[in-house]
Amino acid sequence: MSDFLWLIPLCPALGFLVNGLIGRKLSKRAVSAVACGVVLLSFLLSVAAVAQLAAMPAGERVMENRALTWIPRVDSGGGPPGLALDWLYVLDPLSAVMILVVTGVGFLIHVYSIGYMWEEQGYWRYFTYLNLFMAMMLTLVLGGSFAVMFVGWEGVGLCSYLLIGYYHTRTDCADAGRKAFITNRIGDLAFVAGTLTLFALFGTLEFRPILAAVASGEGPYWVLAAVGLALFVGACGKSAQIPLYVWLPDAMAGPTPVSALIHAATMVTAGVYMVCRLAPLYLAAPVALTVVAIVGAATALFAATIGIAQNDIKKVLAYSTVSQLGYMFVAAGVGAFGAAVFHLTTHAFFKALLFLGSGAVIHALHHEQDMMKMGGLKAKLPVTHAVFLCGWAAIAGVPLTSGFFSKDEILWKSFLWSPLLWASAAATAVITAFYMTRLMGLTFWGRSRMDHHAEAHVHEVPGVMKWPLIILAALALLGGFLSVPPALGGDLMPFTLEGWLHPVFTPATYAASGHHGAHGGDAGHAGEEHGGHHGAAAEYGLMLLASTLAVLTMWLGWRLYDRHPEKAAAWKERFAGIHGVLKNKYWVDELYDAVVIRSFYSLCRAAHVLDVRVVDGVVHLVRNVTVGTSYLSVFWDTWVVDGLVNLTGRTVRAGSGVLRRLQTGLAQSYASAMVLGLFLLICVYMYMS
Amino acid sequence: MLFQGLLSLIAYLPLAGALLLLFFPKDAKKGIAYFATGVAALDFLISLPLFLQWDSSLAGFDERTIERLDWIPSIGVQYIFGVDGISMLFVMLTTLLGLIAVLSSWSAIKERVKEYYVFLLLLQTGMLGVFMALDLFLFYVFWEVMLVPMYFLIGIWGGSNKLYAAIKFFLYTLAGSVLMLLGILAVYFYYGARTGVYTFDIALLHTLGADPGFLALSKWVFWAFFIGFAIKVPMFPFHTWLPDAHTEAPTAGSVILAGVLLKMGTYGFVRFSLPMMPEATKLYAPWVLALSVIGIIYGALVAMVQRDWKKLVAYSSVSHLGFCMLGVFALNVNGINGGILQMLNHGLSTGALFLLVGIVYERRHTRMIAEFGGLSRQMPVFATIFMIITMSSIGLPVLNGFIGEFTILAGAFLIPPEVGISVLGWELGGKFWAVCGVTGIVLGAAYMLWLYQRTMFGPLDNPENQKLSDCSGREVLYLAPLVALCFWIGIYPKPLFNILDKPVAQIVQQLQGPAAPTGVAESLTPSRR
Repeated sequence: MSDFLWLIPLCPALGFLVNGLIGRKLSKRAVSAVACGVVLLSFLLSVAAVAQLAAMPAGERVMENRALTWIPRVDSGGGPPGLALDWLYVLDPLSAVMILVVTGVGFLIHVYSIGYMWEEQGYWRYFTYLNLFMAMMLTLVLGGSFAVMFVGWEGVGLCSYLLIGYYHTRTDCADAGRKAFITNRIGDLAFVAGTLTLFALFGTLEFRPILAAVASGEGPYWVLAAVGLALFVGACGKSAQIPLYVWLPDAMAGPTPVSALIHAATMVTAGVYMVCRLAPLYLAAPVALTVVAIVGAATALFAATIGIAQNDIKKVLAYSTVSQLGYMFVAAGVGAFGAAVFHLTTHAFFKALLFLGSGAVIHALHHEQDMMKMGGLKAKLPVTHAVFLCGWAAIAGVPLTSGFFSKDEILWKSFLWSPLLWASAAATAVITAFYMTRLMGLTFWGRSRMDHHAEAHVHEVPGVMKWPLIILAALALLGGFLSVPPALGGDLMPFTLEGWLHPVFTPATYAASGHHGAHGGDAGHAGEEHGGHHGAAAEYGLMLLASTLAVLTMWLGWRLYDRHPEKAAAWKERFAGIHGVLKNKYWVDELYDAVVIRSFYSLCRAAHVLDVRVVDGVVHLVRNVTVGTSYLSVFWDTWVVDGLVNLTGRTVRAGSGVLRRLQTGLAQSYASAMVLGLFLLICVYMYMS
Repeated sequence: MLFQGLLSLIAYLPLAGALLLLFFPKDAKKGIAYFATGVAALDFLISLPLFLQWDSSLAGFDERTIERLDWIPSIGVQYIFGVDGISMLFVMLTTLLGLIAVLSSWSAIKERVKEYYVFLLLLQTGMLGVFMALDLFLFYVFWEVMLVPMYFLIGIWGGSNKLYAAIKFFLYTLAGSVLMLLGILAVYFYYGARTGVYTFDIALLHTLGADPGFLALSKWVFWAFFIGFAIKVPMFPFHTWLPDAHTEAPTAGSVILAGVLLKMGTYGFVRFSLPMMPEATKLYAPWVLALSVIGIIYGALVAMVQRDWKKLVAYSSVSHLGFCMLGVFALNVNGINGGILQMLNHGLSTGALFLLVGIVYERRHTRMIAEFGGLSRQMPVFATIFMIITMSSIGLPVLNGFIGEFTILAGAFLIPPEVGISVLGWELGGKFWAVCGVTGIVLGAAYMLWLYQRTMFGPLDNPENQKLSDCSGREVLYLAPLVALCFWIGIYPKPLFNILDKPVAQIVQQLQGPAAPTGVAESLTPSRR
């Protein structure tokens, strides 16, 4: 009964078609009803599908739906196998989590957008793109093969491009959209290379056969490692990791709900999702996994430091997203795929909340995003402030909020891997707490820095924007209970997300299904949990340490930005050098511009000059030689060949001048000449004989 | 509905139309345009059954359609027309683009209207003949005949530098085809000496592929054909006629040039080089692959810095055709299938791109990118279609370009590691070609999106652009089928793959040779239990 899976992405696709084709003529109400309706429908279908999945025994939870043959299997003519692709959708515990997050959070953001975008031009266009995005994101997470996933992967990239450039008459928006697309494409280059290497190796692009083969030890180690790295480069593009993170902060040029949906909650997590989806592949090539962990940790720390010194409220959140995605990669990199997906989920809740909250602020202030022109909004925007508090607590890791559980899980797993990694991740957590507190302080607390005109028009959000915020706030606070870690009594809970996901990340599951049908889905379970009971004391200690540090930092930040803003200014003065570096984002954009973009453009110019001067130059040379030769031959023809002819002519002419004298026209002279001739002939004749 | 003589009917209907057009009064411009459109439309309609009633189980030529007559018996020249799955698709592409080209000319051509449509229709007959001819001599005749109307189309109705472009186009391609003629004659005499039968029949000449004695000669013949085809494709470094011809040609000329004419080169490789000279093909494949990959990257780099909208599209063709060649010379089913599909895709999407440039050019009489900007505000329908075609061109999934590119790359990744050349001590081979090909994915996106941004986005600040009208009904009408096909091939390419399945498998079999068992290929793809 899995043959309705394809309907889940189809619903928003239909919304896309309806709004895309006739949206221009529909009323705003109708457009919103269509757009939100199809996403709600998709959500309900997802719930139904996941309920079915949950009813299956653990370890066998897979639903496949081959909707259509895409590229048929062809006769290979004795050569290597032909590429055969199906529109294959697969629901397993991992994609189940993803579709619920995507459709659930997606629906809330759709509803919120009604209020946020109401006044904008091209309202229908916005919802058309947004629906297309949902369809593509669902294709990405439900895709059962690299090819179908790639459809979604590229599709969300397209929507991101279109939505970042939504205000396309502004040059910066159009630039940002293009930057996002091309940076992503650089990642895709590696993604495609990795994918097709797997195809060359295993003759298929479907996940399950590939993972089954890998899980049972097939495939040369270094090729798998190279594939793992190549795919991770693809993930770096989509999930904004070093060195391809630069597009995400610029992507904030798009409408704020888009930032919440695409650039925080869903699309940017696609890279994390892919790495988790391919867990057995990465476990077979641990060296690739190590790189994932290191890049993740570095990105997390790096982006967090930039977040300290940004004044644009969305830019702070953007760098925070980059940083949190780094966190997820740390989790995946240390093999804690469950923790990665758990953090992905809680992050979707609290970051969507924070972005939508910032959208509420921006909406209230008529598109003001500079925090230096905010302050003291607590009184004017009580609801927004309240939900923001929830998001703030969650991302900073205040105990019992969602972020606390998921972050703690990652910290603990990374500690088991290497204390150094833990230290880096913990430092990131502290910095995160700090810059988020700074954001709260500059925006909501302290004194107002708005001009009077703006201040007079500040207004709280309408209901259609308020309710999504409140629901997300609740999820941000309570979402952590989805997966309470064993050390805090998770074993006693009826459901933990990590337990639910566990079979997906266990190679034995695939190896088993690949060979002799399902048995032993829990084979690797005991082995991986060893840390949980081993060092419970250490885990409590670290948990306490991290939480204390976070809360202390929040308190410090609150003192600084609410009570003593002058001290904050003084600190800024004191560390002006560092502040400058952070404020300018380590000049990475400038560096890329100077090194990569410029040299690329020079290369293009050089190729162009080469084409005109050399390649075409040779053609012109051939032409000139030919034309030159023909001039030569004209010369030859006129003076030599024709000269000879003329010479002949002149000779004949000269000769004929002599002979002409003979032609006198007198019969007597002809007759005498004839007689003379006859006489001569007779003489000759007689002499001869 | 398939019957003997259908192919000739399809091929010569435009010729008949052209002859009838001669009787039209010169000033009946509308009548001339309508009549030419009618002829092209009819031609497309009667070619449809070829596709709709195609029997995918056929590996060779469809006996229902083969026409065979003696033409010059003394030297064994026959008139043979026939199509297999591969050429049938190109016939369909030609009749479709032919119709669209005529439709797009209604408002663009105001001078010497009668001659224009006569040449356009003559051109169509020439192109159809190339794809249908199964006799090398006949093939060569059509190959040359086709040049003439194109020469006049560029030379008379072209842009400011039209004479230069027309002569360059004509001489360059002619030079290539003379070499090809030498190759043809070499094959003809070799076959005649060997079997005692002097013939140009392609089906018979294909049997040379299995003839070991032909190997030595085929090493030369391969390059003779190569030059002829490579100029047409065009492959780096024989491509410089293309930007000039494309840029100077009238819109319909560019559409036909990009959509159909370039495909004759790649088609030639698939039809002649691969099956007839499999050993030479395999021997020289690394060099062709190297040129293809250079073409992909080089074409894209040069496209990046073009200031002329049309020239940019022209250079993008060099890059795209490099992809096709990469696929064909991967020498496996994925590569060849992908290569052929990408030829069709390129015909559709680049054809559409030229139409789009033409629409703007007609209104503004300039093609300089810097003159535009912010057009999407003034021309939303145009912008939407342009966006879809851009995405198709850069290979976004669900659109046709992706299917072609992805299968080509899948084929390229299966190129055995030993297919390589060594440069300065570096062994370049196997995966190297594939990885270089993948970079096309990034480069294509870079220049196309930049073009799109510079023309469509940003402020609409040029006063001349502020009065531009959006696409007319006729313009939408001729763009719509291309857009629809882009989606269709992207989402459901299965029918096309089915049509190509057997003929391509046969080519690959010929390439494997009778001696090579399947085990060789299996060892390249280690583990499919």
